[in-house]
Amino acid sequence: MSRAALRIVVVAGFVFLYAPILSLVIYSFNESRLVTVWGGFSTKWYGELLRDTQILEAAWISLKIAFLAACLSTILGTLAATALARHGRFRGRTMLGGLVTAPLVMPEVIIGLSLLLLFVAMESLVGWPAGRGLTTIVIAHATFGTAFAVVVIQARMVALDRSLEEAAQDLGARPLRVFFDVTLPGLAPALVAAWLLAFTLSLDDVVIASFVAGPGSSTLPMVIFSKVRLGVSPEVNALATLVIVAVTVVVLAAAWISARRPATDAGPH
Amino acid sequence: MKRLVALVPLAWLGLFFLIPFVVLTKISLSEPAIAQPPYLPVVDWADGILTVALNLGNYIFLTEDPLYLVSYFSSVKIAAISTLFALLLGYPMAYAIARAPERRRGLLLMLVILPFWTSFLLRVYAWIGLLKANGPVNNFLLSIGVIDQPLVMLQTDFAVYLGIVYTYLPFMILPLYATLSKLDVDLLDAAADLGARPATTFLTVTLPLSLPGIVAGSMLVFIPAVGEYVIPALLGGPGTLMIGSVLWNEFFLNRDWPVAAAVAIVMVLVLALPIAILRRVQAAQEDRA
Repeated sequence: MSRAALRIVVVAGFVFLYAPILSLVIYSFNESRLVTVWGGFSTKWYGELLRDTQILEAAWISLKIAFLAACLSTILGTLAATALARHGRFRGRTMLGGLVTAPLVMPEVIIGLSLLLLFVAMESLVGWPAGRGLTTIVIAHATFGTAFAVVVIQARMVALDRSLEEAAQDLGARPLRVFFDVTLPGLAPALVAAWLLAFTLSLDDVVIASFVAGPGSSTLPMVIFSKVRLGVSPEVNALATLVIVAVTVVVLAAAWISARRPATDAGPH
Repeated sequence: MKRLVALVPLAWLGLFFLIPFVVLTKISLSEPAIAQPPYLPVVDWADGILTVALNLGNYIFLTEDPLYLVSYFSSVKIAAISTLFALLLGYPMAYAIARAPERRRGLLLMLVILPFWTSFLLRVYAWIGLLKANGPVNNFLLSIGVIDQPLVMLQTDFAVYLGIVYTYLPFMILPLYATLSKLDVDLLDAAADLGARPATTFLTVTLPLSLPGIVAGSMLVFIPAVGEYVIPALLGGPGTLMIGSVLWNEFFLNRDWPVAAAVAIVMVLVLALPIAILRRVQAAQEDRA
């Protein structure tokens, strides 16, 4: 393929990736309810969005779930990555390695259904979790969030200079102290990335949440999904625009911070 | 202490990922019932007698109603065709990024990953507006005179292919980029010095060496596509048969948990081979790194 043809394909590819996102933003400012027919510039759908209590309530539930799931995923992911990257061979290593990668490729309908069946079986056996709701969604999201967190954290851990940890150990620091004073500061960027990834994935999941949610715990994606199944909705466009702006700000901030701090820098000195 | 570090995530994932599959298998072997939960116990302990009632009826049912078999085939076909298109678009993009000047590569890679961070649900939803009869795509094609009347694109298999390629394109590009960027440029120069034309060099050097990336990327698109539910639900039509939707309907509409569980177990078996291939390729790449 010649250079010019290659360039055309790449440009077409990026247009393909970004045109739909751009269209969401443009049509969110459309006066007309018909979404794709331009009726003049308006911000009225943002007003409608802010008055829609169903969406606001669902957004609050989703943010709570995503926050808790992201924290759990980062903690579990750090533990699993530490074991896989630092502990050499131990009993259960293959098992752990398999368990952290399997959720990455398992279709969501299967994860959702099997977790729901587990929760129902557990409830009748030990009485917990009583019914389905916030707790069961957090558990489900933390489980697949952990799998993604491990990928991010383990990659950074492997790249980190081990001699710093060994030096601290030689100078008499206990393993816990080494972890908190040396390993953790070096891991910080990966921990932030893992937390954000788990948070985003939780905030985006509609399939697994639908299986394990109970009455009164409809998440934001579940509400959006039921709205857009009936057709386009300008309010959803307004919401999408807010999400896109938030994501762009966070990603640009992250890029700016990592550009200011070279990646090889392993924490404060 | 050291034990605990591995034990905590092992216990969590064991309880909330591994054991659910055991429960799933058990319930796929139980008999549906009008009860809460809607199935009869497989293992029963009453009056000191242990009864194990394994019921293969749900699996037999899957073979009797052609809906299930057709849906499995149709899912695999839709996933395979989408994967092929993702590869045809993703390969030149990954190749161009890998050959771009080093200072620009980071930005281009970020542009590939960025859509992945914005909501998947909202990005699929965007296509509903774009593909509508009076949407921008049809208006554009009408205005340049390629078509005289709007094409029906929404609620077709075409929209599902499009949605899958669009959603999973980053999963194709990233592993391809990983192998293409590590490719030894000296090999390409050597081939050129020895008189190979660019096309020959590509087919005999670049393509074979990037095979691990092709396989990994294809599996990362194919596997989730087979079980996809949201994309066919939003973009597909009544004729779009996908096994993820069948499972969903079995569970939420028919409330037949045992049959839904059997559908899920068979789906895992269908995906076992592609998952095994993916793990092999990834393990081989880790060994080389």
